[in-house]
Amino acid sequence: MNTAVDPVPFAPAAPAVVARRSYWHGVFRQLARDPVAVASALLLLLIVLAALFAPWLAPADPYKASMIRRLLPIGSPGHLLGTDELGRDLLTRLMYGGRLSLLMGVLPVLFAFVAGTSIGLVAGYLGGWVNMVIMRTLDVFYAFPSVLLAVAIAGALGPGMSNSLIALTLVFVPQVVRVAESVTTQVRQLDYVDAARLSGAGAFSIIRAHVLGNVLGPVFVYATGLVSVSMILASGLSFLGLGVKPPEAEWGLMLNTLRSAIYVNPWIAALPGVMIFATSMAFNLLADGVRSAMDIRR
Amino acid sequence: MSAPDPSLPALVDRGGPAQPLLIVRDLRKHFTVRGGMFDRNAQRVRAVDGISFTVAKGETLGIVGESGCGKSTTAKLIARLLPADSGELVFDGDGVGQFGGMALKEFRRNLQMVFQDSFASLNPRLTAIETVAYGPQVHGLARPAALARAGALLARVGLAPEQFGSRYPHELSGGQRQRVNIARALAFEPRLLILDEAVAALDKSVQAQVLNLLQELKAERGLTYLFISHDLHVVHYLADRLLVMYLGQVVEVGPVDRLYGHARHPYTRALLSAVPSMDPARRTERSPLAGDPPNPIDPPSGCRFRDRCAHAHAACAAVAPVLRETVAGHWAACHLDDAGSGHPEAPARAAIAFKASFA
Repeated sequence: MNTAVDPVPFAPAAPAVVARRSYWHGVFRQLARDPVAVASALLLLLIVLAALFAPWLAPADPYKASMIRRLLPIGSPGHLLGTDELGRDLLTRLMYGGRLSLLMGVLPVLFAFVAGTSIGLVAGYLGGWVNMVIMRTLDVFYAFPSVLLAVAIAGALGPGMSNSLIALTLVFVPQVVRVAESVTTQVRQLDYVDAARLSGAGAFSIIRAHVLGNVLGPVFVYATGLVSVSMILASGLSFLGLGVKPPEAEWGLMLNTLRSAIYVNPWIAALPGVMIFATSMAFNLLADGVRSAMDIRR
Repeated sequence: MSAPDPSLPALVDRGGPAQPLLIVRDLRKHFTVRGGMFDRNAQRVRAVDGISFTVAKGETLGIVGESGCGKSTTAKLIARLLPADSGELVFDGDGVGQFGGMALKEFRRNLQMVFQDSFASLNPRLTAIETVAYGPQVHGLARPAALARAGALLARVGLAPEQFGSRYPHELSGGQRQRVNIARALAFEPRLLILDEAVAALDKSVQAQVLNLLQELKAERGLTYLFISHDLHVVHYLADRLLVMYLGQVVEVGPVDRLYGHARHPYTRALLSAVPSMDPARRTERSPLAGDPPNPIDPPSGCRFRDRCAHAHAACAAVAPVLRETVAGHWAACHLDDAGSGHPEAPARAAIAFKASFA
């Protein structure tokens, strides 16, 4: 019997009619049952649509100033949300401002997500000295407060929107790498990765099939939380003259130019801040909802 | 008999029936704890410290020992999931990873492993059938063929593919998950299956079902098992031979029935007397072993078991006992079995075959 290595042939393969229920379909259904996540998603959708279609939806010209209509209160006739310190319609400015603010919030995080996850996966999966070199190098960036780092890089590169995009991306990459690396290190030690190695798969195949899917979730949730930070940092750069230039509408910049009006009409001055707050909150709450919906073990 | 698919040819017996399927020689693995690469005082845990054994074709070799004695590390070293510090593996006559020997990828097709934690050993994002189909796909099988093969394997381990194939690990019970793990391990028709505490986490009734499945599969496919466990009942049921480990070393090897009746090493005897018995007359009155195993960073000199052994003597501290064959096929590493060791109890004991007190 010992020599009978020849396998018993398999039973005639049963037609593998396997109902494939998509993982993301399940996540979406779970998400739809979470009222907070749904509300956040709707709010975000509203903000994004308003920003996207601002030229068609906005009631006025965002750059048309009027000295006699300065700082009108909320609910003034013709100006639903009042006017700013130069008499421009605030609702229009907020809609236009959303375009740049969302872009500055989402793009750096997206770039950092892609770059950071790749670096983190390599560092975490390979471990050893590769991990050490990558992580210690990134620790140099990590050692600086993110505001300081963003200002330093943007200052070195010079003012302009694309430069502040680069600066913000560089600020977020080490943070994303940290999360991706630590999750990868955990996943890598699980038995199913060992089992995949036993099946003779190469590192790339294992990362793609077994590691990536289990790392992406936590990193994605973390990155979503960075969107609000990115928006606020971008506003800060604009304030320092390193980002968007004044005539342009951007929430951070508007907040700063309106700050002198805070004693005259505090409600108007607070509005861009409200937008930043609401958008950040919506991003964070939606991220939380996605995280719990993605937790397949429940 | 035809191989299920031409792109995954069946593995053939090369060395003949007398060639052991696996020879492990002087396997060693020390882990560095505390202190990094520049620390000269780094301490080393000798997890596996020079173990050698052979596994014959078609047999089940049970490996037992306390927690932390290096059983699982040994399994991972054999599967090459961990790099060994030293030692060699010979699989069916071919040195693994040696020049002119067997390549690692080829070796891994011959050997598969089932892990203790049925949940951690399944990717939570893959369905049962995808998990089983992954390996064959890595080896170049097209996805439909791999899925068909996986379906047949799931059916063989008792999970109807229509019903269970599309389930995720969290939708399966512990026993069902372990069946998926077994199906995955069988996907390449391996010749050696390492079962690392494969049934330890299951309920008794489910355990029995899985053990029976393992027995059937072994007979059906001519498998060889390396069965690692701390459950002596299960080992008794499944294993042909038993290997007892203590602190990273082999203390006794022999046929199961021989060891259960006539264990030579005091550690094996203590271990076996700790097995609960159904017979009230054999009630264990006191703990057979006092204390914890010594720290593997700094094991005692000579025999590693000596500070817990009732028969310890100065000779045990001076010289480490080596494995000696007492009866054909039964090896023990104890000075009591060596008349020339200088242990005062040794000559008398070596003369008369020792009858274990618990038997």
